[in-house]
Amino acid sequence: MKYSARTLFSQALKGHKNWPEQFPNKEPQKDYDVVIVGAGGHGLGAAYYLAKKYGITNVAVVEKGWLGGGNTGRNTTIIRSNYLFDESAGIYDHAVDLWDGLSQELNYNVMFSKRGVLMLAHNVHDVQSFQRHVHANRLNGVDNKWLTPEECKKFLPILDISQDRRYPVMGGALQMRAGTARHDSVAWGYARAASALGVDIIQNCMVTGIRRGKDGAVEGVETQKGFIGAKKIGVSAAGNTSVVMDMAGLRFPLESYPLQALVSEPVKPVLNCVVMSNAVHAYISQSDKGELVIGAGTDQYTSYSQRGALHILEHTLMSICEIFPIFKRQRMLRSWGGIVDVTPDRSPIVGKTPVPGLYVNCGWGTGGFKATPGAADMLAYTIAHDAPHKINAPFNLDRFVGGRLIDEAAAAAVAH
Amino acid sequence: MLLIHCPHCNEERPELEFAYAGEAHIVRPNEAEQAEMSDADWSKFMFIRDNIRGDHAERWWHAHGCNMFFNAIRNTVTDKFTMTYKVCQKRPTEHQIKVAKND
Repeated sequence: MKYSARTLFSQALKGHKNWPEQFPNKEPQKDYDVVIVGAGGHGLGAAYYLAKKYGITNVAVVEKGWLGGGNTGRNTTIIRSNYLFDESAGIYDHAVDLWDGLSQELNYNVMFSKRGVLMLAHNVHDVQSFQRHVHANRLNGVDNKWLTPEECKKFLPILDISQDRRYPVMGGALQMRAGTARHDSVAWGYARAASALGVDIIQNCMVTGIRRGKDGAVEGVETQKGFIGAKKIGVSAAGNTSVVMDMAGLRFPLESYPLQALVSEPVKPVLNCVVMSNAVHAYISQSDKGELVIGAGTDQYTSYSQRGALHILEHTLMSICEIFPIFKRQRMLRSWGGIVDVTPDRSPIVGKTPVPGLYVNCGWGTGGFKATPGAADMLAYTIAHDAPHKINAPFNLDRFVGGRLIDEAAAAAVAH
Repeated sequence: MLLIHCPHCNEERPELEFAYAGEAHIVRPNEAEQAEMSDADWSKFMFIRDNIRGDHAERWWHAHGCNMFFNAIRNTVTDKFTMTYKVCQKRPTEHQIKVAKND
């Protein structure tokens, strides 16, 4: 059923009792052309683009838990593309391009809100670094502009720009195409659209092994629900990528860390954009429900526990209150942790692996949500063509041998 | 916050006193070995990590305590430490880890 004002009206007349399920929960068939491991936004999106763009509809997405229950449901929903390097600008801005029309494309409201991301500069180094980013972005056609403290204040009225503060605002970089989206909707929207094209979504079905033939190529995945044959396998398993890759005998340049976030009780609209401050170590936005959504930094040790330490949250909240004393009395409702897979250069790995038929999309670290449509599209392209697109070609695994790293400081743990 | 037993102080102290220092038992090749090494082997030394889901051998630094490095076996699913030991000691065998868990 196509969602529209008309269907909403007609369903309302029937008391909203006849809405069809958005996507059926399938049991696995014997084999598929492509199996995607991980039903987060990235994996579901890859399945959708495989079906939509490349006509490969005999696809299954297998998920060990529930759909969108990993990092897709645990992030702070920030979308931006103001990264320094050409390669990063390519892939993150491609994602923003896709975000732009995503609700219409999926016929599902992902609530992409271009409310702007304002990165505050508090010292000379920040000013120089952000201005360098603004110039690099301009050359790459990525929107990002420099604001004086007065312009920052005009854009964000609750900001205190007095210069006698501990961390005075010396300016800011504003990306207006950036903003937030409703993270669950992204997973549900891709799932519904992919399902409609014939993709099977199989939940509660953990992959326990990757079967390979005599020639080394993949033959399928062993799962809790038995063996599923596959000509090609795309792994989009975020924090658990190392575990899945180990099943194919591959070791990856990844380390998995807990990353926490928290939300406050809902309040009236007060914060009209996303605010980030690298020097003070904070980022914050306000959801449409009114909650303040706050992201912390990663914990210091590797872990798969999906929870982190309290002192990390304390540190984050101190930073938020440093910038916005107005939030000092806000009560926090919930906090949680996700497991992020971090590469040595803080840039993702999207492409082929040394195992024939095995493809990977991982290493997004602390900032994968913003890239969801772009990464999904690139994984789908790479699987369909057995070769990377020029956008994701630089994000290969070989760069850790050849040395052509994409050392993206803008992807540092705090700045998402 | 984790409570970590420092084998040098022989005391359990809060995580705030410690800094995580990555996977343990990674030996830096000496100059002669480096000259002979392939790029792939150098990459393995520099970048490839076990990132294991389970018992992980890792290095910690008691930065705000005795200032010494030591190694630990910690389960990365439960975050529970099984044992900590001095850097000069060999990586515990699976049997030793099992015994320590039952202690």
